[in-house]
Amino acid sequence: MSLVSVQNLTRVFDVSKPWLNRVIERLPKRMLTAVSDVSFEIPARTTYALVGESGSGKSTIGKMVVGLLRPTEGHVEIEGVDLVTETDAAVIDRIRSDIQMIFQDPFASLNPRWRVRDIIVEPVAARGGDTGGLAEKLLTQVGLSPDDAGKYPHQFSGGQRQRICVARALASEPKLIVCDEPTSALDVSVQAQVLNLMSDLKDEHGLTYLFISHDLTVVRHMADTIGVLYLGRLVEEAAPGDLFTKPAHPYTAMLIEAAPRLDAFGREVEPPEGEIPDPTDPPSGCAFHPRCPLATEICSVERPRLEAFGSGRVACHHAGEIALKGAA
Amino acid sequence: MDMPVLSLRNLTVDIPTRHGTLRPVDDVSWDIAAGEILGVVGESGAGKSMTGNAVIGLLDPPAHISAGEVLLEGERIDNYTLAQMRHVRGKRIGMVFQDPLTSLNPLLTIGEQLSETILRHLDVSKSEADARAIQGLDEVGIPSARNRMGAYPHEFSGGMRQRVVIALALCAEPTLLIADEPTTALDVSVQAQIIALLKRLCRERGMAAMLVTHDMGVIAETADRVAVMYAGRLAEIGPVSQIVGQPRHPYTDGLMASTPAASAGQARLRQIPGAMPRLNRMPDGCAFHPRCPRAQDKCRVDPGPKVGTADERAACWFPIEQDEAAA
Repeated sequence: MSLVSVQNLTRVFDVSKPWLNRVIERLPKRMLTAVSDVSFEIPARTTYALVGESGSGKSTIGKMVVGLLRPTEGHVEIEGVDLVTETDAAVIDRIRSDIQMIFQDPFASLNPRWRVRDIIVEPVAARGGDTGGLAEKLLTQVGLSPDDAGKYPHQFSGGQRQRICVARALASEPKLIVCDEPTSALDVSVQAQVLNLMSDLKDEHGLTYLFISHDLTVVRHMADTIGVLYLGRLVEEAAPGDLFTKPAHPYTAMLIEAAPRLDAFGREVEPPEGEIPDPTDPPSGCAFHPRCPLATEICSVERPRLEAFGSGRVACHHAGEIALKGAA
Repeated sequence: MDMPVLSLRNLTVDIPTRHGTLRPVDDVSWDIAAGEILGVVGESGAGKSMTGNAVIGLLDPPAHISAGEVLLEGERIDNYTLAQMRHVRGKRIGMVFQDPLTSLNPLLTIGEQLSETILRHLDVSKSEADARAIQGLDEVGIPSARNRMGAYPHEFSGGMRQRVVIALALCAEPTLLIADEPTTALDVSVQAQIIALLKRLCRERGMAAMLVTHDMGVIAETADRVAVMYAGRLAEIGPVSQIVGQPRHPYTDGLMASTPAASAGQARLRQIPGAMPRLNRMPDGCAFHPRCPRAQDKCRVDPGPKVGTADERAACWFPIEQDEAAA
């Protein structure tokens, strides 16, 4: 059974101006659909990655999975339990301690007035658990010194802080860790250290990751399955090998071609056209059709459903017709 | 050979503090020829932005150039007064910074900002300045440029704003463009657009450019030559194909290998142990030796050969040889 099951998840934000402005200026309410009808499953002990550009809804999904946001429609089940509708407090408590989160900015996500020991044991201490020696043990596991437990966050570099965040996430012995851009704020040599650490810990502790990133190269390295988001919709889902060699959705192909490559000096490619449209007023039919080289009439009318294609799933009326330009 | 557009000669920047003098840029020398894009890479704290700011005279006091020279088209500009520098900045050196929103004045329309810059630096009439502004916006790919002149920065998307900033940097026809992380704040599809735009403009105008970034992929696609900086020093400089394909300095090698793209399909990324030293705790000798797999006794005392001489491009006593990399 899947550890995480996300079904028809939708989240709408009200981004209207304040009530009085609306009355005076006679403006309608404005709704922003950040996530629209997204479904996926994460089997235990695997890494599921969500990629997309800014505004694609990847962080919103992450927050709904951990329960920081309530879905407008649809639901998230973790170990078969929907935390929003579950009424048994004991069950909620048990499931919640199985979920942890690692955030992007290691400077903002550690309390500057707390010692590292207190930060790391907080998830256990909050539930009245035994914290003796726990911080020291976890610090060793993430490659820091046990003596660091008495220090404050400002005494560490960005990479070390992110290790502390990882240690804190491990403290309650979770099954699922949601990582929202865990290495975007780090330099590339430090990023490699943290990604390697996360891979090692996954094997040691049998963890499941929901890995959110905008960086295709990082995702390719970490994920077992990749979901590509565009304007809040899941447009393609596939294993990294398939996704990068033969993407079935034109947006995926565009992302792969646009990503700068190390071996591509002197490469002359036509950059993709256009930008992500306004999410409060998404295009009709397939949200990608105004930028899509394959778009035909049906694309502007009917929203494609996410359907099985090859070894993955894709939401496109012309699935599989795109070919990578200058693919290596 | 023609005179280079920009020459740095042993440029050194010092920051005096109560606890001693910090040296964020240490003895950096390079040339950029007309039409050439020099990519400057390094991790945070390597001194890349500080070098760019030193060139345009925008160091925040107490940071100052303590030694060396900056030559623009053979003319020394590091000892210019503030008033003299104002005629260099914008007119002869264009600048593009990371965040397009903070580079633009939110209270002025982009047309006002462009024509103000043109009027300041070029001897033209107001109507001609407007015409040039429209032409500039057209060139960077802003659709219906004439109608957009009256728009304010907040009415543009991030990518379009960065195009406006580039138009602003280029409107006085500078000979040198300094772009400090111009695509870091942008999404990957927009980043590809901006990179293509910068490349095209440099080629068309024969403009020299110094592109500062931490993204190896961006450098590989854009630059003609690459300078790798580490802890304020120049670690390696050379043509992009050699730096990426056959790095000689162990730091360059580690940097390339630790990008996830380079090790696609491998279970583990190659990592460089440790972190860059802080400026107040610089090791003796080569700054990289505590993290270097090839370090020997000599590296702990002697900072490495000077780069920029004809036969050596890596500041390393024991550089990686070509046959070794193949083995």
